[in-house]
Amino acid sequence: MTATATQTPPPAAPRAAGGKGGRTRLSVPVILLIVAAAIIVVSAVRAIAGADDVTSSGQIAGALTGAVPIALAGLGGLWSERAGVVNIGLEGMMILGTFFGAWAGWSLNPWMGVLAGVLGGMAGGLLHAIVTVTFGVDQIIAGVAINILAAGVTAYLAKRIFNVGKAATEGGTPKQSPPIEDIKSFTVPGLSHWLSTLEKHHWFLISDLAGIVGGLVTNISSLTLLAVVLFVATFFVLWRTSFGLRLRSCGENPVAAESLGVNVYLYKYVAVTVSGGLAGLGGVFLAIGTHFYLEGQTSGRGYIGLAAMIFGNWRPGGLAMGAGLFGYADSLQLRSGSDSVHALLLLLAVLLLAMAIWKYVRKAYVSAGFALGFAVLLAVWYATTDTVADEIVQASPYVATLLVMGLSAQRLRMPKADGLPYRKGQGG
Amino acid sequence: MKKFDKDRVLLGLAAPVLSVLGALIVTGLVLLASGKEPFHAFHVMLTYGSKSDSQVYILNKATPYYLSGLAVAIGFRMNLFNIGVDGQYRLAAFFAAAVGGSMSIPGVIQIPIIILTAMVVGAAWAAIAGVLKVTRGVSEVISTIMLNSIAGIVIGFFLQDGRLGVTDKLANTITTKPIPPGSHLFNFTTQTDPVVGFIVFAGLAGVVYWFVLSRTRFGFDLRSVGRSDSAAQASGVSVKKMVVVSMLISGAMAGLVGMSTLLNQSYQFSTDFPAGIGFTGIAVALLGRNNPIGIAIGALLWAFLERASNGLEFEGYDKEIVGVIQGAIVLAVVIAYELVRRYGLARQQRQVGAELAAAGSDDKQEVTA
Repeated sequence: MTATATQTPPPAAPRAAGGKGGRTRLSVPVILLIVAAAIIVVSAVRAIAGADDVTSSGQIAGALTGAVPIALAGLGGLWSERAGVVNIGLEGMMILGTFFGAWAGWSLNPWMGVLAGVLGGMAGGLLHAIVTVTFGVDQIIAGVAINILAAGVTAYLAKRIFNVGKAATEGGTPKQSPPIEDIKSFTVPGLSHWLSTLEKHHWFLISDLAGIVGGLVTNISSLTLLAVVLFVATFFVLWRTSFGLRLRSCGENPVAAESLGVNVYLYKYVAVTVSGGLAGLGGVFLAIGTHFYLEGQTSGRGYIGLAAMIFGNWRPGGLAMGAGLFGYADSLQLRSGSDSVHALLLLLAVLLLAMAIWKYVRKAYVSAGFALGFAVLLAVWYATTDTVADEIVQASPYVATLLVMGLSAQRLRMPKADGLPYRKGQGG
Repeated sequence: MKKFDKDRVLLGLAAPVLSVLGALIVTGLVLLASGKEPFHAFHVMLTYGSKSDSQVYILNKATPYYLSGLAVAIGFRMNLFNIGVDGQYRLAAFFAAAVGGSMSIPGVIQIPIIILTAMVVGAAWAAIAGVLKVTRGVSEVISTIMLNSIAGIVIGFFLQDGRLGVTDKLANTITTKPIPPGSHLFNFTTQTDPVVGFIVFAGLAGVVYWFVLSRTRFGFDLRSVGRSDSAAQASGVSVKKMVVVSMLISGAMAGLVGMSTLLNQSYQFSTDFPAGIGFTGIAVALLGRNNPIGIAIGALLWAFLERASNGLEFEGYDKEIVGVIQGAIVLAVVIAYELVRRYGLARQQRQVGAELAAAGSDDKQEVTA
């Protein structure tokens, strides 16, 4: 289906096919095997180190809650950057989402809050589109400006709205909204209970699986489900429809797209506005999750979402993985998981050892040596200490991002015209 | 020819005037929408912001903003987005405070040591992003954002009793050891509060920035990489080296940002050390178009707005409106400059076209004649 679609615009075809060819080497069974192997290694480490929280359902559920807002921001970044517009303004659009979501969520009901937050984010996205697409301002600069503006506008409105009258009597302050009601969450009946009893036995592998699955089926917010649906929908819209193909062609080669009759401005507008809406939804998720709008609540999650997207090579699957990593680390920190991180040192040592062997077999002796050296260092660290400092837990997602980007940045491929200003008719 | 120059001056003025007008209109609309009268608010801000104690406050606030703007601008001139000034200056100020608190030697020696420590730490932290960019191709935007977060955590790790921090029993906070009085930097006394002495160093930094960028070979190389790295490479400039060096300089400049607070005001680093100046620096550098005088104006404007908005509280307005004004100004400035640039370009093309056409018709006449 894609093959026939990609043949229509000749300039995009070879690149799209090439990109796909590089990826399809990992077929579905192989991916499943890798996942299975990973779970076995993790549960072995869990059992050896006795850190049961590594795979507990609480940890996994926390990771999911932490991952969703980052993933939604990243998904927003994906839409925008696939159409060739870098969106640093995601942070500001998330802030708009938290504010408008909390406002409508408190004064009307949570679902109206979701709508209002998404619309607020879309307004931010539309502004970004006007500034970058119509006026052609540098995209990073425009994004920074939007972040400043969004923070200013919400701080002002919060004081005008949450600090007076009914809102103030219900607990609102200039920096906080009155409480928002809970949104409906789902638990798979029966299964969840059965899994939690299994998990309590701490059996090798079985309890780990029960913990992971249990975390994913207990008390799942409807917004989490919505996020999952949006991920699948994004993949289908961007990679399986002609609309998506045209949108991506604007990010790869807008001149070629224009020559084929694509209204590049329109596509960019749509992409950036959708991007803002998704970031806004991420903001609503935060506000409803904590039941409040709080000033500074997003604390850089928009930027992290962007990092997760780059980590995921501008693809939804990779992005979800990156967001999951951040969410897991977030959850570790919230559950003061220094035991878990201590156990993860052992896991990292094992992984590095495996990498060393792999590199040795591939005759890359220098990399093998390095990997082995780090593996030994980590193993010594693990063996000589009982716990790690909280700060290392906090820093782990950021350091992990730097390391992963350092190791893989050259293999990442961003949309070719990403970040470049484009004027109608510039192709001549 | 003379008329042409006048037009160019007008064009140059058009952008700042347009953007300030635009920002005022947006702010006025926001005020109106929230049921407040805008003109009185602007009047209050002007009178309160120009009082003499406000002037001192503004100068003191603008000093770190200016340095932060310069640090960001060095990157901008090279097309590098050093979003990490925030982490760099905080980490630098922290370690400088720790070094300053642990020594007790004459100020003439100790003050330079403190400042140097800050510059070295700032440069080293920025260098991580530079090296990652040239060796591994990691975008500096992402790596500096990560480094900002990590810097905060590193400070949190060391700022604990028994590590580099001491508990301040009076304020019930943890701080670094206070810098001994002999190493406090001089202040300028005025009728109200003193003006920080570090403002002199900030001015010097501005002069050095101007000189290095526009009067040396290095500055030329740096700007040429910013314009076109392939052209710079072709003319023998090592782009990779320039990226690392300019990140080092930007980081060293960022190291100075916290010094006016540390050496003139707080004399120690605690959890309430000013944060977020790195992001202010981005806005200030944008306002100032990376020009040392422009950045100074931007820094003063920013500090003025913050001060003036405090006066609004007495008149029944909310001072939070300052965030709206600042955001609107930055957005309006970037749009206005782009529009003026485009208009200027189109005008130039028209002019050249007209001149060519005139020359062409002259040629024809010669041929026919």
